[in-house]
Amino acid sequence: MYHKEKSIQIKNSASALYNNLSVLRIAPRRLTYFTVVHANVVNMVSASWDGLNYSHRQLQSKEPNVATSTSLIMQAAFCVLPSRDLLVVTSQKGIQMYESDGSIMVYWHALDTPETPTAQAVFARGISAVWENYICVGVSSGSILVFDVPSKGSNITLSEVLEEHKESITDMASECSGSQECIADLVSADDGGNLCVWKSGEEFQLLNKISGFDMSCSSVKLWKGTVVAGYGTGQIRLYEAVTGILHAEVNAHARWIYSLDIAPFSGLLLSAAEDSLVRVWHLTMTPETNSVEVAHLHNECVTDTQICGAKFCDGDGYAFAVTGYDLSEIIRYTQS
Amino acid sequence: MSSRTLPLLFINLGGEMLYILDQRLRAQNIPADKAKKDSAIAGWIDDDRRRVMNDIITTMFNKKFLEELFKPQDLYSKKALRTVFDRLAHASIMRLNQASMDKLYDLMTMAFKYQVLLCPRPKDLLLVSFNHMDAIKDFVKDTPGILSQVDETYQQLIEMYTPLSSGDFQLIRQTLLIFFQDMHIRVSIFLKDKVQNSNGRFVLPTSGPVPHGTQVPGLIRMFSCTGEELTRLQFSNGGNYTAALREGSFEIFGDRVTKLGTNMYSVSRPVETHMSGTSKNSAQHTKVNTAPNPLAKEELNLLAKLMGGLEVQKPGNADSGFRVNLFATDEEEEEALISRPDELSYGVIKIQATKDQQANAELAKIMGEFTESGDQSPSASSKGDDLLAMMDGL
Repeated sequence: MYHKEKSIQIKNSASALYNNLSVLRIAPRRLTYFTVVHANVVNMVSASWDGLNYSHRQLQSKEPNVATSTSLIMQAAFCVLPSRDLLVVTSQKGIQMYESDGSIMVYWHALDTPETPTAQAVFARGISAVWENYICVGVSSGSILVFDVPSKGSNITLSEVLEEHKESITDMASECSGSQECIADLVSADDGGNLCVWKSGEEFQLLNKISGFDMSCSSVKLWKGTVVAGYGTGQIRLYEAVTGILHAEVNAHARWIYSLDIAPFSGLLLSAAEDSLVRVWHLTMTPETNSVEVAHLHNECVTDTQICGAKFCDGDGYAFAVTGYDLSEIIRYTQS
Repeated sequence: MSSRTLPLLFINLGGEMLYILDQRLRAQNIPADKAKKDSAIAGWIDDDRRRVMNDIITTMFNKKFLEELFKPQDLYSKKALRTVFDRLAHASIMRLNQASMDKLYDLMTMAFKYQVLLCPRPKDLLLVSFNHMDAIKDFVKDTPGILSQVDETYQQLIEMYTPLSSGDFQLIRQTLLIFFQDMHIRVSIFLKDKVQNSNGRFVLPTSGPVPHGTQVPGLIRMFSCTGEELTRLQFSNGGNYTAALREGSFEIFGDRVTKLGTNMYSVSRPVETHMSGTSKNSAQHTKVNTAPNPLAKEELNLLAKLMGGLEVQKPGNADSGFRVNLFATDEEEEEALISRPDELSYGVIKIQATKDQQANAELAKIMGEFTESGDQSPSASSKGDDLLAMMDGL
């Protein structure tokens, strides 16, 4: 179904972090941007569609106070809003927002880091653009910071702090089907496997809470009102967002899942885990019976690699890209 | 990242170090009666070996040192951690040359990297640590004084780590993996056992038992809105997995089930490495740590506590009788030192003047006790330089 293409070499190897690959497709310029985190650096590659031009850029985590200490980056993700695209980078010290090509930093939000380290780690993780003008970022305390983003410029403000989760946020996702009918806009996941479903607005509204079973949910997606969640046990579960009804349960991987992605136009689902496997599935929604079907389509094994990032490169799922711990390349696959 | 990583890193690396030293000491062993007949023969007798192991373990589990270690803190830089282990390796009459110390550290780190990577669940990292602790306990089982220190450390580990969630352990594991990033030194015993490829990367099998709490991949279950199971589908998982084994014990005593962290060396399976410095990954790796890096205050504190716990050792025999060689021959050891690729050198730590006068003064005072003539160390910045050179002067 898919075959391997030429890999893109990156300047550093990928670190073992959840969802460690972000992809932004820029159709008008026939380019795709990729970001991969290595310790305190974000490696950005801009790849032209004809495969001839690659340009690289590195972004460092911002450390406003101490010159010598490093701040490890937890995640870097592109946020696509109707008016603009931003690159959000979260670290132990705070949240940086850049123009999508990484050229200018437009916003910095510092986390409250204690003077001496505490037993509970402090960091930001979990990034999602929501609806027209919000970017939501999770924090290790369980809080979710909601930023209001104007259509231009750097006048980004912290609009709200959502305090619902009690454990560290792992991942967040917004409704990606493009459908106006969906009630739920955002789902957030934490280290206890708990999921919160939200409706965005001037004040975000909690629509539903789905309990985890003390097993971390490391990656989550929201599509056509269905939450797709990947867990540390290697299971994938599909829930109806607003009601919490369990649609399907898949014993998908033999190790901790690190990344999920959905191609919104085709309903293809991508899952990747520490077990070296990337799997492609197909989701079918049947609104009449309120059921969801999951079919397994394809496996790719990245030999001797713990995968940490996997994303589709386009909305149909025609191609996808993969990163792995200690690997200095972005591996690409295209449909045959 | 996680502020609870250092104790696990230290204890596991320390455990590996003890396995390697024990094996080398046994390999260079000579029977006691032969040693009595000719005291000029270089070699180790059983008593000496036990003394060395006891001395190192006593220092490792020094109360003040462990107190400092278990405080929430970020991981040390590679250089600082290497210095701590240099000190530890020299906590007895045993001496190691630079090349042997480098090799020892390579083996320790690659072994633990392997264990961290292969851990089926992040929580199993604790079982790996208990395997090391169990072995250490066995090394000192005849010495009640040290045994009680080891037992206390078990308690501290249990207290600190058993309440942690799976997500907390994964964060610890991710922190360790960043520390070990881009290390691909080839280890002979791993290559022979086919757990490491010739490019230095570890083999990750897609077969064997799944972790405790995980199901064998292959089943899709779909439900109706009332919760009844509607369909079951099987898919091919691309591997050869079997059901999970029983869970290991997280108590002071018990079957840990996993073999990760147990002693893989024996006299018949000697310890060797190949230096593969031409891998471009190792060159890339050094870029991340190029900040001049004066030791951070916390690192100095730990070193001070560690050295405070050290007794001043007499110089000992200059002959090779008290020297341990990690290589098969002295010539090989010399050759290894000359040919070690630059990007794999750990660098000598130079203690630079820090802003913290107090920590600096304390360190200077401790080091003052090491000078041969008994001079009080005049100023931190001059005597404070080059810790290793001081120790070599003993």
